[in-house]
Amino acid sequence: MADTANPTSTPSGGTTRRDFLDLVTWSTLAVGTAAVVWPLIDQMNPSADVLALSSIEVDLSQVPVGQAVTVKWRGKPVFIRHRTEEEIKEAEAVPLGELRDPQTDEQRVKKPEWLVVIGVCTHLGCVPLGNKPGEPRGDYGGWFCPCHGSHYDTSGRIRKGPAPLNLTVPDYAFLTDTSVRIG
Amino acid sequence: MAADVPNPVFKSGVLRWIDDRLPLISWSYKEFVAYPAPKNLNYFWNFGSLAGIMLALQIVTGIVLAMHYTPHVLHAFDSVEHIMRDVNYGWLLRYAHANGASMFFIVVYIHIFRGLYYGSYKAPRELLWMLGVIILLLMMATAFMGYVLPWGQMSFWGATVITNLFSAIPFVGDPIVTWLWGGFSVDNPTLNRFFSLHYLLPFVIFAVVFLHILALHQFGSNNPVGIDLTKKDKIPFHPYYTVKDLFGLTIFLIFFSFFIFFAPNYLGHPDNYIPANPLSTPAHIVPEWYFLPFYAILRSMIYEQLFTPLSFLAWFGISAKLAGVLAMFGSIACLLVVSWLDTSKVRSATFRPIYKWVFWLLVIDCIVLTWVGGQVPTRGVVWIGQFATLYYFLHFLVILPLLGKLERPLPLPASIDEPVLGRRGVAAQPAE
Repeated sequence: MADTANPTSTPSGGTTRRDFLDLVTWSTLAVGTAAVVWPLIDQMNPSADVLALSSIEVDLSQVPVGQAVTVKWRGKPVFIRHRTEEEIKEAEAVPLGELRDPQTDEQRVKKPEWLVVIGVCTHLGCVPLGNKPGEPRGDYGGWFCPCHGSHYDTSGRIRKGPAPLNLTVPDYAFLTDTSVRIG
Repeated sequence: MAADVPNPVFKSGVLRWIDDRLPLISWSYKEFVAYPAPKNLNYFWNFGSLAGIMLALQIVTGIVLAMHYTPHVLHAFDSVEHIMRDVNYGWLLRYAHANGASMFFIVVYIHIFRGLYYGSYKAPRELLWMLGVIILLLMMATAFMGYVLPWGQMSFWGATVITNLFSAIPFVGDPIVTWLWGGFSVDNPTLNRFFSLHYLLPFVIFAVVFLHILALHQFGSNNPVGIDLTKKDKIPFHPYYTVKDLFGLTIFLIFFSFFIFFAPNYLGHPDNYIPANPLSTPAHIVPEWYFLPFYAILRSMIYEQLFTPLSFLAWFGISAKLAGVLAMFGSIACLLVVSWLDTSKVRSATFRPIYKWVFWLLVIDCIVLTWVGGQVPTRGVVWIGQFATLYYFLHFLVILPLLGKLERPLPLPASIDEPVLGRRGVAAQPAE
């Protein structure tokens, strides 16, 4: 492009000084527009105080086998379930071929007796039922989403209904045997 | 626009002086007073002006409600109760606004089906029709965001479900949802922006309505006979249609008032009188009635039962969830391009012996979808929903294109007088 500024160029020679000016004008305009528009778009992304949400610690010693708790993390419910022996066996026995989003139970837990998942249906974001005693747990003994009828198993994996993915496992770490930090 | 209408002559010198410099009065005169309208319009043509009146009512009641409402998660629910209990006539304004949204949709849906029956979308009115579909989309966005503002359980979970639709978009879905929310779930930033947009969009609708009328007046209204008209087939809008529209409006306002004063919560959902709780989804989430057909289409897209054969789509990375979203938007896209899907040159269904029936099947199909959208998705309901969804798309994508080729329309009358006065018209057969 160096010779585009050459005043002796003619239209028949391909590029003229005017072409160069056009190019510079339009590129400046494009970059300028983008620079003005981006703040208007980005202001809708999570603000600093929302991003600064800390992690939470949960005491698990009060959760008996077969029951579960719901804790709030980043505005969303997290399900922590103290699974029974049968539930663990059931989750481990499922052949991967049967799963829509194939994951072994091992990949989804740090300690088999504790299942920690984000309690948000991967279909359209409802909170599935089954974490409280008496709520329907669906056909696979895990959770049942009332909105559009997705069934999750005892490993939080999608088994039936419209949801495409398993319940998300958040980042977490066991601090002691009965205490866990999420986030 | 109405070019064959002469400019008004003003007696007042002041008006003449103003109109010379700013021809707003003569423009309004030409478009809304002298505008030549077909003389054979039936009552289904009332619904266009009714829709315009509903838009104005919603803007007026909405602006005054905004004077008392607080868009904050801690105060929104209480401020709506404050409007209901403490603000002078607050109950009336809120009930008029909430039921007004339903009335607006009733009017617009009848307006749309009127257009479908009489072929109002056909050349040369394609852009007029498409602008109408854009108004429908804007109305849906506005109504959806308005329903979130009271911050009840249905507000919150409706917002969660609908914003999550965007997570179905491959790759960029999740960042888009986070961007829409302004966080990691529906929360205060979401409520704030929804309030801002709920206030903005009606004015955008107003602007598109202006374009809709601009396009309408380019060729003039379609009519029940559906043939092109000449000047002698038309009468001035005022007083003929101003009076007819006013009469229709009176009847409609009685209907509207019944809901405001006797069944103000009939069209709403009781769960929305429970404050939003992000940790507990109501057992049965349903959108407002006017979204139910689309919601039914969304929910019907599971690769099971009737749609088991669609599971091949999963190989192309189209999950059932994405398919549901595509089908839902596709149902409106069908409306948007119906001018080209319908291959028949004959506008009015009166002269299309088969389409006349197919039209009513579509109406029934939409009623079935509305019912399905409000039900718990049990196996039987899913079957019905899937058949109804399939038929909806068959109507637009298969039946309409084929029917234009296969159907033999009845002979069109030479003028709109003919169906009334007989083939030989006024001169030979005087009315007795």
